[in-house]
Amino acid sequence: MSEAVADRIRGEVESNDVVLFMKGTPVFPQCGFSNTVVQVLTYLGVQFKGVNVLEDEEIRHGIKEFSDWPTIPQLYVKGEFVGGCDIIREMFESGELREYFGSKDIALETA
Amino acid sequence: MTIAEQIEEIVSEALQPVRLEVADKSHLHAGHAGARPEGETHFHLTIVSSLFEGENRVARHRRVNALLADLLADRVHAMQLKTLTPDEDLA
Repeated sequence: MSEAVADRIRGEVESNDVVLFMKGTPVFPQCGFSNTVVQVLTYLGVQFKGVNVLEDEEIRHGIKEFSDWPTIPQLYVKGEFVGGCDIIREMFESGELREYFGSKDIALETA
Repeated sequence: MTIAEQIEEIVSEALQPVRLEVADKSHLHAGHAGARPEGETHFHLTIVSSLFEGENRVARHRRVNALLADLLADRVHAMQLKTLTPDEDLA
């Protein structure tokens, strides 16, 4: 991965509290796994930025190296890699994800 | 040896799981991206191993992904993982 691509990824992750690298957009996910994470974040009422890796081949490959994680989607909160689809779903189902956002001072719109 | 058997062998040897389930879910993805006519492209793995103790989920998944990197790079399109310690499995 070039330094320029790493810088762009770092820029996204550092300038947005919650960033989801995904296939498609939050409004129109193009992969079931990305869609699952979008649904979870939407349900919790978390504001997030979606980065569509299908529109950017460099980011699509670079993000896997950046996080040492082989798959997409990937969720970052305040610069920290939280996990992919399986982890986010497990954390959501156990209630840990809500607690985690709380611990990071991320606002949730649901009660 | 089938892909499922290869996964079982690699994971069993490296992680000494007390419980291991390898489920082939390829039929659910027939015709989708990454599917192959011969199947064995999409798997669900449940691994219960005491070696996961003290590791968070990201570390556990990284460990499994690294073990199966060769299969994932080429043959297998997607793998859903559930990684538990024996205590968590009983909870």
